[in-house]
Amino acid sequence: MSVTYLDAIRSAQEKALRDDPRVFIYGQDVGKFGGAFKATKNLAEKFPGRVVDSPISEDAMVGMAVGAAMEGMRPIVEMQFADFSTVGLNQMLNHAATTFWRTGKPCPMVLRLPSGGTPGSGPFHSQSMEAIYSHYPGIVVMTPATVEDAYTMLLEAIELPDPVVFCEHKLLYYHLKSEALPESAVPAFRARVVRTGRDITCVTYSAMVHEAVAAAEELAEEGYDVEVVDLRTVKPLDTDTVLASVARTGRLLAVGESWPWGGASAEVVARVASEGFELLDAPPKRLNAKDTPIPYHPNLWAAHRPTAVRIAAGLREVLRY
Amino acid sequence: MAIRVAGALEIKPKKGVVDPIESLGRTILRSRVLEDKLGNLYRAGRIVGGVYLGRGQEALSGAGGLALRKGDIFAPLIRDMAGRLGFGEPMVDALRAYLGSRLGPMKGRDGNIHRGDLTRGILPMISHLGAMVSTVAGVLVAKRMKGEKGRVGLTCAGDGATSTGSFHEGLNLAAVEKLPLVVVVADNGYAYSTPRERQFACEDLVDRAKGYGVEGHGVDGTDPMACWRVLHHAVERAREGAGPQLVVGKLLRLCGHGEHDDGSYVEKKIKSSERGRDCLEVMEEGIKKRGQEKEWQGWREEAQREVEEAVAKVSAEPVPDPFEEDWRATQSDGMAEVMVAS
Repeated sequence: MSVTYLDAIRSAQEKALRDDPRVFIYGQDVGKFGGAFKATKNLAEKFPGRVVDSPISEDAMVGMAVGAAMEGMRPIVEMQFADFSTVGLNQMLNHAATTFWRTGKPCPMVLRLPSGGTPGSGPFHSQSMEAIYSHYPGIVVMTPATVEDAYTMLLEAIELPDPVVFCEHKLLYYHLKSEALPESAVPAFRARVVRTGRDITCVTYSAMVHEAVAAAEELAEEGYDVEVVDLRTVKPLDTDTVLASVARTGRLLAVGESWPWGGASAEVVARVASEGFELLDAPPKRLNAKDTPIPYHPNLWAAHRPTAVRIAAGLREVLRY
Repeated sequence: MAIRVAGALEIKPKKGVVDPIESLGRTILRSRVLEDKLGNLYRAGRIVGGVYLGRGQEALSGAGGLALRKGDIFAPLIRDMAGRLGFGEPMVDALRAYLGSRLGPMKGRDGNIHRGDLTRGILPMISHLGAMVSTVAGVLVAKRMKGEKGRVGLTCAGDGATSTGSFHEGLNLAAVEKLPLVVVVADNGYAYSTPRERQFACEDLVDRAKGYGVEGHGVDGTDPMACWRVLHHAVERAREGAGPQLVVGKLLRLCGHGEHDDGSYVEKKIKSSERGRDCLEVMEEGIKKRGQEKEWQGWREEAQREVEEAVAKVSAEPVPDPFEEDWRATQSDGMAEVMVAS
């Protein structure tokens, strides 16, 4: 029996609801309907009164979770699409994220964001929001790339005393499969070396991990040995694992699906440039989506985001310096 | 559905219960005396940042705070010193926040009206108007899930805050969930300098109650005992399960938006209207009519003593020290490396 990335997210929520009476889920259509992507399918029936439909009010949904968290609960808020969480940004960035600093009291809540592009989704159903949330202090931002991480990291997110933004990639929901749910987890906030290599480090996260691995395989045929690092959590950023990898390879390409101005890939390059300058044999580069809204048509979309082909080209550029 | 209460109602004190007139009168006085002192401290350069006063709004605010019990939730806005004192916030907390004492509930990390104490059920407001409505709703949802019964949450807003999406979303959510939430709107005529007719086009904000499916109560915010009666009624309705209550008090802010603002944009004719009455003077007049002039004077002197003692105490307290601050915005282990690297 196989388990999809989406199954993992549903199973993690089910386990959390079963094990912890403080956990509840709040979001649009999450109740009997089971959510727009079915991430909460059957949970309302299994846990009456704890998987609750919300009005279409992203600001109030997050504000409600902030209050519930202050009162000792562990709310999980599902945004229907990550893009819509812009409407709830104020409550997340100015309220949830400042509570521990201002009061010394925790605000443990998870904001689940169905993120990233899929063909035909267009400007308002495709966004990757990790850069915005990571910019603000007080929030943990997770970007799982695998079925195993989707499961273990969501459980971790629910247990953490801080507000967590959980960026789950929609492209992985149904297609990414694993044999079974994992029994152990990579330590929290640690990056993972997905593929070892000697010639260049490709640091990425979320769905781009799979594109990077495909690019690495393409380059292997050309005789290059690419190391791929999956950040898993972009804030806090595991600088140690990144630097250790660059120390082995001497070259860096950071890849992110989000826009090029700032963001996780920029942060990786900045840290390696300032803390690992002497490890480098070539200027560190990064690759992101184009600096336009995300296009609707699959032809345009495929050219807008980094893909294995573009990542391979980016890797060659750094390798040939 | 809307219940309108016009004019003052005489409230007779019950045996063994605090006289509501004394209780509200003292709260209004304590708030006014403390805020007058804060204004002076501001002008003397003793306060870092702004000072935002509730002059003229003490009756409405204080009545709200006093209507709550221990275990309830109070989320004040910027003009709710009276409500805070009525609910039981110690006077030193206000002074510690304004004077930047390290011993205050916010430890110098946040100041003035943004203070709160979650252990006392006082939520520290964020500056973004309307945001506290859904947050108090969340506390009440949590209490309901935990099986904690009979708790009420009360939050305050101004007429300007009612224009925000946040206010609307929050009240709508609370109505859908039928939560024991009281939202008190101080319609004080101006949002900073913007008059109410540039803020909304409806005649009376309390009319909106019907649209939200909640009970609405209009009250003359300059009439202390009317405020007492309406706020106690609204809190009791919420407590007995009647769902959210929208209370709209009409009054005038008798000061600028902050102490940096002289409020010169407030029209003279409003100042001299019924709406421009000072609730403290209305209270004083009522007290005198009851023949309690001496008591009133005594309460005033007591409030002055309390304020002076608190100022002296807090002035001697340590200030925040950047070298002792741990500079961590999260509690999770492993987050510190981010700070080291940046």
